[in-house]
Amino acid sequence: MNGEGLDAKLQVRRGESFQLDLSLSIPPGRTVALLGPNAAGKSTTVAALAGLLPLDRGRIALAGVTLDDPEQDVFVVPEARKVGVVFQDYLLFPHLSVIDNVAFGLRSRGVSREESLARAGEWVDRLGLAGLATRKPANLSGGQAQRVALARALVTEPDLLLLDEPLSALDVTTRVELRRTVAEHLDTFSGPRLLITHDPSEAFLLADEIHVIESGVVTQAGSADDIRLRPHTPYVADLAGSNLVQGVASDGVVDTGSHHLHIADHTVSGPVLATIRPSAISVHLGEPAGSPRNSWKTEVSLIEHLGERVRLRTGAPLSLTVEITEDATRALDLREGAEMWISIKATEIGIEADSEGAKR
Amino acid sequence: MTTQGLGGRRRRRRPPAVLIILGVLGLAVFVVPFLGLLARTPWTDLPALLSGDVVADALRLSLVTSLAATAIAAVVGVPLAWLMARVEFPGRALVQGLVTLPLVLPPVVGGAALLFALGRRGLIGEPLNQATGLLLPFSTWGVVVANTFVAMPFLVITVEGALRNLDRRYEGAAATLGAGRWTVLRRVTLPMIRPSLIAGLVLTWARAFGEFGATITFAGNLQGRTQTLPLAVFVALESDRDVAVAISLVMVVVSLAVLVALRERWWKVL
Repeated sequence: MNGEGLDAKLQVRRGESFQLDLSLSIPPGRTVALLGPNAAGKSTTVAALAGLLPLDRGRIALAGVTLDDPEQDVFVVPEARKVGVVFQDYLLFPHLSVIDNVAFGLRSRGVSREESLARAGEWVDRLGLAGLATRKPANLSGGQAQRVALARALVTEPDLLLLDEPLSALDVTTRVELRRTVAEHLDTFSGPRLLITHDPSEAFLLADEIHVIESGVVTQAGSADDIRLRPHTPYVADLAGSNLVQGVASDGVVDTGSHHLHIADHTVSGPVLATIRPSAISVHLGEPAGSPRNSWKTEVSLIEHLGERVRLRTGAPLSLTVEITEDATRALDLREGAEMWISIKATEIGIEADSEGAKR
Repeated sequence: MTTQGLGGRRRRRRPPAVLIILGVLGLAVFVVPFLGLLARTPWTDLPALLSGDVVADALRLSLVTSLAATAIAAVVGVPLAWLMARVEFPGRALVQGLVTLPLVLPPVVGGAALLFALGRRGLIGEPLNQATGLLLPFSTWGVVVANTFVAMPFLVITVEGALRNLDRRYEGAAATLGAGRWTVLRRVTLPMIRPSLIAGLVLTWARAFGEFGATITFAGNLQGRTQTLPLAVFVALESDRDVAVAISLVMVVVSLAVLVALRERWWKVL
């Protein structure tokens, strides 16, 4: 346990069917992303850490102070926690000007009006909002509102910075631009930072470490490369754009139940996860020459045109996503229902032991 | 939409004639009585009619009691609305029904109920009178109580609705910024529902300003003490019709001015 950063074990039941069960440990200066689909428990995590939702079980400690521990009957109310939150949709107070929004946290904590406005003014300047101090949030662009939200959270010098979908309210061009702003300010904040997002590129670019959350539990944690190259669940594979196949390996062959895949590694055995990048799969009209170990006849079950590239979904015996060029699709005259041969080099199939599968 | 000819303009179609006719009839229900009032108004004598003692007393009393009722409604009605919107308690549906009851109840029934509760021999009135010597019926305070009873529902309903519609995440955001519950209420909740709060207060005041039935039943009709403008109209109808018309005109103008002003800025929040 480290006394400086965030150390949390969160267990919250919401309704009959949903249970959050999550452990997070973030040292100061490190950014962890919690990446997951809708309703995975991301908002519940924010609410629990901010003190808006008490834990059922577990413990939250921040900078050596216990904030929530049901067993010890400890609960620190949100207004007494030093947690800065940039909320989804920012939640800037619509009746207050930019400077009053930023000064709100200081005023609430008993800092005098003059000093609050002076310190808020510094943050407003620092985030390039100087000309906008007297504007109401309704008259700000999405990017400006995001910077105000960031300033409002940081001005109170919190011990933890929570960013809940900080870029999701923005259009695509602004998002790319603002990602840089967020990255810069994450670096200047010295405490632990938690980024909540459903956008993998946001997580990959901004976080040092990614925890993937699905249905209330972390299904995979690691660096961006771990997540991208070695996905453990279909959701993660989909995020990374890879195919994920579960099977049992023995003697260089993975039995998926419906098909046998030849792999390069002959030593691995037992339940495995095989990952195949869509671009590593080749498509042919007839049986490919040189007979690669993995080649079989199938049909096109779905075809999706993405400009220069085309995504195909293969039919039985193994449903895979294949990515080829538009030119190749035209040359091979591929359409839905058409027959084709596909081939995959054994060395292009990533293999990892499936610890979850072993338990099943 | 119809298109007429090549490159023809697209014209907005006229609403159906039946709806126009019925709608105008509906409007006439509101307009005709006031036309009658205007036709009957003795315009040249108006200043003289309105400067009499009776009218001056009634106007002063109406303003004082309606504003007092509005103030009381603000002090106790807003907390009530907050509890109804935010706290789950048993019998909340019943409470909501009770709060809206004065809106549909004949005011004379409300006045009678007040008499049985707060009168000289009433449930609360008797011990109150013995303990403090205070007697609400037939006093100016009685007018205020009757006004509050009849008018406060407008404030409670408007504010409760606004609190329910308020995105509570803003209050959570304020809490994470260090604001305790009072600070959140004072600096976030109330400012965010300000338009509804003002609309509720103005409607409450307007209703109290025009209150008649509960007032005359509970507080009587004593000039200078309980005779408000509506009561003065009622009396004048029997004695001096011109005075009745003049006072009525004043009330119409004041009420209409308030409601039109409301419509400009706050009506849409209701």
